[in-house]
Amino acid sequence: MAVAFDEMNIPGGDLRPAYQELARWLKETPPEALEYRRQEAELLFRRIGITFAVYGDSESTERLIPFDVIPRIMSGKEWALLEKGLKQRVRALNMFLRDIYHGRDILRAEVVPDDLIFQNPVFRPEMNGQQVPHDVYVHIAGIDIVRVDAEDFIVLEDNARTPSGVSYMLENREIMMRLFPDLFARHRVAPVERYPDELLSALRSVAPHSASGEPTVALLTPGVYNSAYYEHSFLADKLGIELVEGRDLVVKNNEVFMRTTEGLKRVDVIYRRVDDDFLDPLTFRPDSVLGVPGLMSAYAAGNITLANAVGTGIADDKAIYSYMPDIVKFYLGEEPILKNVPTWRCREPKDLAYVLDNLSELVVKEVHGSGGYGMLIGPAATKATIEAFREKLKREPEGFIAQPTLALSTCPTCTASGLAPRHVDLRPFVLTGSKSTTIVPGGLTRVALKEGSLVVNSSQGGGTKDTWILDE
Amino acid sequence: MLSRTAENLYWLARYVERAEYLARTIDATLRVTALPAAYVGKTNEWDSALLTAGVAASFYQTYEEANEHNVVDYLSFSVNNPSSIRNCIEAARLNSRSVRTALTSEMWDTINSAWIELQEVWSKGTSTREDLAKFLRFVQETSLRFDGSAYRTMLRNDAYWFSRLRLHLERADNTARILDVKYHVLLPEEEHVGGPLDFYQWSSILRSVSALTAYHWVYRETLKPWLVADLLILNGTLPRSLASCYDNLVRNLDQIGVAYGRQGPAQRHARGIRNRLEHSNMNDIFQHGVHEFIQEFIADNSRLGEIITKQYLI
Repeated sequence: MAVAFDEMNIPGGDLRPAYQELARWLKETPPEALEYRRQEAELLFRRIGITFAVYGDSESTERLIPFDVIPRIMSGKEWALLEKGLKQRVRALNMFLRDIYHGRDILRAEVVPDDLIFQNPVFRPEMNGQQVPHDVYVHIAGIDIVRVDAEDFIVLEDNARTPSGVSYMLENREIMMRLFPDLFARHRVAPVERYPDELLSALRSVAPHSASGEPTVALLTPGVYNSAYYEHSFLADKLGIELVEGRDLVVKNNEVFMRTTEGLKRVDVIYRRVDDDFLDPLTFRPDSVLGVPGLMSAYAAGNITLANAVGTGIADDKAIYSYMPDIVKFYLGEEPILKNVPTWRCREPKDLAYVLDNLSELVVKEVHGSGGYGMLIGPAATKATIEAFREKLKREPEGFIAQPTLALSTCPTCTASGLAPRHVDLRPFVLTGSKSTTIVPGGLTRVALKEGSLVVNSSQGGGTKDTWILDE
Repeated sequence: MLSRTAENLYWLARYVERAEYLARTIDATLRVTALPAAYVGKTNEWDSALLTAGVAASFYQTYEEANEHNVVDYLSFSVNNPSSIRNCIEAARLNSRSVRTALTSEMWDTINSAWIELQEVWSKGTSTREDLAKFLRFVQETSLRFDGSAYRTMLRNDAYWFSRLRLHLERADNTARILDVKYHVLLPEEEHVGGPLDFYQWSSILRSVSALTAYHWVYRETLKPWLVADLLILNGTLPRSLASCYDNLVRNLDQIGVAYGRQGPAQRHARGIRNRLEHSNMNDIFQHGVHEFIQEFIADNSRLGEIITKQYLI
């Protein structure tokens, strides 16, 4: 495995410019002071209740995501490049989705194979030919980015369904500003606090044409037991919109209403954080109590906007991921600014043969998996695990893709034995409304807290950091 | 406002009020039981604490005897008692989470911090009287902070009014129950009215509704049962009196009615109860029978809760 790119230090001992002030500050600050602030941050997180639930964990139903007090810093120039690449990628994602559910030019041109779409469980035939308001499918995208060297940002994953984590981006910043006012005073950090405003105006801009006057927006949550419930209530609060559960909504004459103390009130836009499968028991899973019976017919009638649209999973599927560079080229006629991780598609015999021969060096992922579950990290796995995985792969090759283990960049991080480099990724949030695509400067930096570990998922013990984009 | 949000706010205020009331009840009971037997007679104060909390029947399903240890445990920490202080705080916190958008951050912070303290400091209950005293203070302070936060930080809109409704319904219910139990169960028939037993019983009632000092300010008299009853039932200046609770209920329901441009059965029913309180005097109530009067009140009060639910919350 290549040596990881160090975000702070240039090999040979010099500091990268963006980190110079932080390094000076760290030199002046005794380790005890850092530890004290870390504890204070944890206390704040607990008191504010910034938690997430871990399913199947009976010990504690709510957990804190560990927070690292050392910010991850990026220069304005680096960010500008990233921002351009992200907007390009999300534009292509939206065009791809529109095409897949309408004309299917890309399939006819044989850029993406048919069966990857039609045999994919996240493809929604209900959306065929369905007009979505303003042709926007992915209103909120969370694109996972890793950095492998000074110039190269690589997209690890496109999250186009119900990406979460933005509350951490916002709360991490709030808590950092409370705990380290002095450090902020020494930097010019681009603010992220506009995000809720941007989100609300994006959501309002995509209201259906049948909405009268100021459109009513609501956030649909599965409820307090959902792992991201904190985020749902946080966003609803910041946006000043109702946080609704399925049971609060009712569909009448193909319009959606919420039950209020003053009677029924029409809803025009739903920022839904409930998965497709659970949205409407009349269309999808009949056993679901999280959704709203009849929601899909109101959607078909064009009386409600769902953000993100139904069926967006087909764009962030790992099987589709490997085609993203071609998808960008096909719709935009441009070279993709952000690279993909080289990916072997196990469904293709040539690729499979290579993967089977090199399992101990590759990361193998389930095409439909998420959150770091069900994957093989070759270099860290035992022989027995690799052999077990080999059998799985042979049985169901189309269910897997493989990628080289990337040398994710590292950032200085507080550990039990002082500051040490740890691997990080970054999830910026891209908003698309009827007129424009915007990104607040920053995102959620996730950090693998164990030495050498590449797993940054919060469900697997990863932590988060505040992400600073310097405004030079 | 979502009906579910209103409902959650409504119950949330009830849990906090209830937790505080239980803490006061335990506190008052401890004071009386600490007196020499000559002052308080042979009645079991712990039994009466269970009665005023309305959980006597369920208590005896688990315990044999109503002694200090068992009753404190049941009212404070028992997971089997749905309205123990612990369960009230747990329920308040769960309710708060599901209506966080309707709460101010100060209110949420109060409940969430109390919940954290409950788990970290009080998860094993209390082992000494000093510990218990600390715990009871913690519960009362939580309720004061919560109320204070609501009062100082909430917008004066329907969310605020709905949360006040349940608080006053609960408070009225508690005051009525404590009067009823003390009046009929505690005071033995043959006991000479105005004797030392009487004095401590009545002072414990007043303590449990935090009105002992108020009594002296209002009446400038020694403790007399009919004056205590007058204070707790009819005196509109005492925040926990039935009259005062109903002034608030009528006002909050009117505010909701005005905001929504519509009055309904809840407004009418509440006004009816208030009018009855306004036109009563202690002579009539004693003639009619205090027990009967209070029983009717408790039924009317809980009926108002049902009407509000039907009118706004479903």
